[in-house]
Amino acid sequence: MKRARIAYLGAIHEAVEMDGRLKLDDGRIVEEHQVVWLPPVQPRTVFALGLNYADHAKELSFKAPTEPLVFLKGPNTFVGHRAHTRRPSDATYMHYECELAVVMGRTARHVKREDAYDYVLGYTVANDYTIRDYLENYYRPNLRVKNRDTCTPIGPWLVDAKDIADPMNLTLRTYVNGKLTQEGNTRDMIFSIPVLIEYLSSFMTLNAGDIILTGTPEGLIDTKVGDEVVTEIESIGRLVNTIVGDESFNETNM
Amino acid sequence: MRKVKIKFRGMLQVIEAGVNTANHIVELQGKRYDADKLPLDAPVSGTIYGVLLNYKGALATLGNAVNEPPYKVAPKAPVLYIKPANTVIGYGMPIPLPDHVPALEIGATLGVVIGRKATRVSEEQALTYVDGYTVVNDVSIPHTSLYRPAVSQKSRDGFCPVGPWVIERDAVVNPDALRVRVYINGELRQENTTANLIRPIPRLIAEITDFMTLNIGDTLLVGVPEDAPLAKAGDHVRIEIDNIGILENTVVHERELYKEAK
Repeated sequence: MKRARIAYLGAIHEAVEMDGRLKLDDGRIVEEHQVVWLPPVQPRTVFALGLNYADHAKELSFKAPTEPLVFLKGPNTFVGHRAHTRRPSDATYMHYECELAVVMGRTARHVKREDAYDYVLGYTVANDYTIRDYLENYYRPNLRVKNRDTCTPIGPWLVDAKDIADPMNLTLRTYVNGKLTQEGNTRDMIFSIPVLIEYLSSFMTLNAGDIILTGTPEGLIDTKVGDEVVTEIESIGRLVNTIVGDESFNETNM
Repeated sequence: MRKVKIKFRGMLQVIEAGVNTANHIVELQGKRYDADKLPLDAPVSGTIYGVLLNYKGALATLGNAVNEPPYKVAPKAPVLYIKPANTVIGYGMPIPLPDHVPALEIGATLGVVIGRKATRVSEEQALTYVDGYTVVNDVSIPHTSLYRPAVSQKSRDGFCPVGPWVIERDAVVNPDALRVRVYINGELRQENTTANLIRPIPRLIAEITDFMTLNIGDTLLVGVPEDAPLAKAGDHVRIEIDNIGILENTVVHERELYKEAK
């Protein structure tokens, strides 16, 4: 089952996918472009992985890490499918990162990797934008790069874990204005989903609804105002997002 | 009496009470209680954001290292991190000491609780977005490198005691001139003042909300002073901030906590 959270005609609904359309919790069936898409999970604790694909680490001239490079995100940064993401006017290099997002289904502490999938509720797609101009070498990558408002689109669907036979063998693709720019496969992760759950739960408690963004493969390019960016993961979903400029946020009637 | 918000263990909502910060007496529905005797929980519920190296002395302690690899230059913008939900505990609750860790770094800090959604606010308006203040212990496993996010050192269960209450904003005349003291087993081990912040509170709020929204209920930790003391198993930690409150917790071996839970 594919689940979504959407707003439709002034109310927030849970919805499920039905033949490419949305069936709301009250039974109505609507087209996907008639709704406002919200993040499919209300984010609380969100982990993100840096440099978790060897090719991406190489692309950025980094040695592959020997321990997962984990950082945290706050709820402010998340927006849903078809949302707008702001590119500040002083940015010279802002790139998307197509990532498989793992949503936890129950409390996890000291979980062994062989049991890790029992704790997963489902999967969705995230686009973890980075503005490289703001990178500083303190707790890198810092929140000014990674936790900006609107800079982490997520969705459209939360796909039930049982519907994905092997989450470690899924193709990821990014298209900018319809052109394929990034392609990889989750099998190339340095630290697999079970290893990440084992690692994180070895030192802290993960709770239901917590999300792990598992990192991105190579193929990153600068994206400009007006670009439509589609991050897509096989069997999980196709997340559409548009880059907008400061003027969208500075318009006033005063 | 000052107006505060407190939360009892097992309750979802915060409630309003009065306190006398000088003697830690809480007044609730006309009755007076010693704060020590109340089952207090952390009085906050949003996201907790910390700021690295925001005390002049803390940055100075790094010395010329800021100009050398891997840092290469001093921070240009507030360096933030998140204390996730699993870290938050209340007044009097035990701070778990993980196995194979000899002692924990005690991060005494003022918590600024946001009262309304703060997006791109000016320095002049910043304090009007504050609901109140609390005392926070931003506990860490000691670490020397500040190059990568310290998630495994700062995000462990119970690593963020908060409390005992959130005191109303107007009870604090100048949040940028509050003395912060840490006592371990009754002995004064650290003393500083928020007057030494590199970015005072209004400026911090303005610079942060320029790129990320602080939501109602979020808490901003203004920074941890240099020379953070260490506490080992059995140590009683007491953090005092002038006019705000006193936060007390004891460090306990994690394995003993789990044993008790069984």
